[in-house]
Amino acid sequence: MSTSNLHPGLNLGDHHGEAHEGAETIVFGFWIFLMSDLVIFGLVFASYLTVANPMGMAGGPGPEDAFDLASIFAQTMILLTSSLTFGFATLAMRHERGRAAIARWLGVSLLLGLVFLSLELRDFAHMIEAGAVPQHSGYWSAFWGLVPLHGLHVAVGCLWLMVMLAQMATLGLIPVVKTRLLRLGLFWHFLDLIWVAIFSIVYLGGLMP
Amino acid sequence: MTDALFGRLDLSSLSIWHALQDPTPSELVAAGAAMAVILGGLGVLVLLTWFRLWGPLWRDWLTSVDHKRIGIMYCALALIMLARGVIEGVLMRTQQAFGLDGGFLTPDHFSQLFSTHGTIMIFFVAMPFIAGVINYVMPLQIGARDMAFPVMNQISLGLTATGAALVMISLVLGKFSTGGWANYPPYTGADFQPGPGPDYWIWAITLAGIGTTLSGINFAVTIYKERAPGMHFLRMPIFCWTVICTSIIMIFALPPLTVAALMLAADRYLEFHFFTNDLGGNMMNYVNLFWLFGHPEVYLLVIPCYGMFSEVITTYSGKRIYGYMSMVYATMSIAVLSFCVWLHHFFTMGQSANVNAAFGIASMAIAVPTGVKIYNWIATLFRGRVRMTVPMIYAVGFFYLFTIGGLTGVMLANPVISYQVHNTLFLVAHFHNVIIPGVLFGLLAGYHYWFPKAFGFRLHEGWGRAAAVLWIVGFSFTFLPLYWLGLHGMPRRSPTFAEPSFQPMMWLALFGAALILSALTCLAIQLWISIRRRDQLAVPLGDPWDGRALEWSIPSPPPPYNFAVVPHVTARDDFAEAKAAGRAYAEPEAYEDIEMPNNTAIGLIVCVCSTLMGVALVFWIWWLAVLSLAVMLLALVGRTFHTRNHHVIPAARVAAEHRAWLAKVQAATAVDRLQETHTRNMGRAMPERPNRTEAAE
Repeated sequence: MSTSNLHPGLNLGDHHGEAHEGAETIVFGFWIFLMSDLVIFGLVFASYLTVANPMGMAGGPGPEDAFDLASIFAQTMILLTSSLTFGFATLAMRHERGRAAIARWLGVSLLLGLVFLSLELRDFAHMIEAGAVPQHSGYWSAFWGLVPLHGLHVAVGCLWLMVMLAQMATLGLIPVVKTRLLRLGLFWHFLDLIWVAIFSIVYLGGLMP
Repeated sequence: MTDALFGRLDLSSLSIWHALQDPTPSELVAAGAAMAVILGGLGVLVLLTWFRLWGPLWRDWLTSVDHKRIGIMYCALALIMLARGVIEGVLMRTQQAFGLDGGFLTPDHFSQLFSTHGTIMIFFVAMPFIAGVINYVMPLQIGARDMAFPVMNQISLGLTATGAALVMISLVLGKFSTGGWANYPPYTGADFQPGPGPDYWIWAITLAGIGTTLSGINFAVTIYKERAPGMHFLRMPIFCWTVICTSIIMIFALPPLTVAALMLAADRYLEFHFFTNDLGGNMMNYVNLFWLFGHPEVYLLVIPCYGMFSEVITTYSGKRIYGYMSMVYATMSIAVLSFCVWLHHFFTMGQSANVNAAFGIASMAIAVPTGVKIYNWIATLFRGRVRMTVPMIYAVGFFYLFTIGGLTGVMLANPVISYQVHNTLFLVAHFHNVIIPGVLFGLLAGYHYWFPKAFGFRLHEGWGRAAAVLWIVGFSFTFLPLYWLGLHGMPRRSPTFAEPSFQPMMWLALFGAALILSALTCLAIQLWISIRRRDQLAVPLGDPWDGRALEWSIPSPPPPYNFAVVPHVTARDDFAEAKAAGRAYAEPEAYEDIEMPNNTAIGLIVCVCSTLMGVALVFWIWWLAVLSLAVMLLALVGRTFHTRNHHVIPAARVAAEHRAWLAKVQAATAVDRLQETHTRNMGRAMPERPNRTEAAE
């Protein structure tokens, strides 16, 4: 199999013909979008770090009063696993293992994404009970500006996944569906990357003595 | 308490209602502006109906995904908003001319004026005008058939129009922010401005800013991926290089603005504490975020205008650009440095002297690549076949005035001087002195230069010259006195003053403002007369100025598919080389079917829905906000299920159109450069021997 890489990341490969060629411009464009989105996250992280101190917490609750590290760790593992299963879906598409195989792995990724979101929402509910709400301090404003922004991205990713499952069923594996799956894959892995930073900086960093 | 149906929108939101209750001059001015918006809107509707233009408007414009039509719509939007921006500027100059211990506007109204004036001029004049010219010209210069993402291009336009619409609606409903175009909290927070003003700013800027980010992605991908065969990066016209730099700035510098505006929205709507005075908020974060956007933004504006001047100066000198490589390096250096200087906007806000010094030096460093460019342009003129057409008049005005503006910029980059003159009219004079000669003159030069390409006829030369001279002289009278006033201590953003010795300079500035208003009037008259006399000014063959890049090698206006066959590029200034070698206007060996994207209404749906959403958010009409967002998302997702989005233009039709045009070109007499502005100029240029000596590198 000849391998010509037209864009960064996993390519469909020459045997996909039109879909592979069409991916060059579209996937490249999506990488650029992700760069722009990364700047957004970078700035929100920077804002968070400027208020992650006693002054920012303004005498209100701090991270140790609100974070449940066991739950966060479970979320981390679930999200990382969903990235792995999404990778399997992309490989199944690249190696033409059929619609059922792709849909199966996508379904698993969607399920893991939804479990991640429900665990995150449960955590948020606990935080609200503990008084860790954005109206309380600059610190919690920055937290609620950052972590739910990632959660919102995951929710959008889940919706996108459902749309893609519907399109695979109705439109079949036409080139445009393939390039959309490639882009969704990039988006999904990108959110993993952001989460690694959230886990390290916000949760581990916040609980560090 | 707010109403479930209308939120906080009620009769007292109408500015006309205020004028009826309290007919002071200030309120009457506001009500007059509101009436102008309403009557202007109604007038457009009546005219469209009277001339039965709804069908063509819908088919050819609102649903078009053609980059050329989208580009023209951007420019039209910018020109309409320019009229409002200039009128506001003249109003402010009038207020200050009468402002010795008084004047006729209330301070609050004056604050609204400078806030909308700045917001409009930057976001809804300069940016759409630039996006419009880039949209129109860049794909033609690189030999592409359209943008990489034509539908996303339409959505970008829709979002920009939304922002402009929200600012216009603020004249009729409620009041705009009084926090300046930078809208600094905590003054714009809920504690100090609970009304709808800052919310208008937030949603206008956020929605238009998302549109601009998408535009940047589109421009960058188009240049990276859609160049014609042989169009290597180092064969691109300088304008395309400036577009790359600008799109990189759009991609990386608009996110900070979006972040800052949405955090401010969270503070205002949900009682967050990002930027509040109390409970650990940090307003310096806003200032940093805003200028992380704001400084690259000024280069986002001026860099493509450098590109336009490069095109204009090479064409009207009949020479290739002097020092192509140094132009590319200089443009790139400016783009990179633009991200390293944001702090010079707030030297006085509490950093250490060392931090200030670092940013001051970085700011001064930008003068070096800019100087390289100025010298290259002058060297391009040297021994060139220079014709003083309208764009060249703007270019000459730009050389002199922009250099003055640049020098005062180097002064302000010195923190010690900045401490003395910050927040004075000196600063106002400086940034107008770079933005008007740099950005606006560049855009107007580009407008005159490419207008015949877009519409197939030239703009009237005499009225254009009058407008250009009035702009240059008017600018000088309006803004150079402000340097003096600033140095003598007149603060910016102040409606009144108590120092009688300021008065003569204020009157001088008002005189200049009147000249600028007449310049704008001349531009309007010029457009009207040019349309009336379009038969005498017609240049349908496509090359009225003996152009050098690919956009001049096709008919004016170009067909929807731009190029009958995709050109194979062999040199820089390929079309000039082709004309000199006698290769131009050759019939291709074969024509092929061309696949083009279909029209779609999605951009318009996004525009209408996001405008409704913006108004709903400003006035807390939650049901409408949710509804319009839902409709917009459903439309966007629904469209992805639709797969037949292209149509094919058969090769036979392309061949027939192209051959007919080629026959006309062969039959036409070529004109030399002395007859450039004569009726005989039908758009076929007599080839001149290219001047190779100076450009040898």
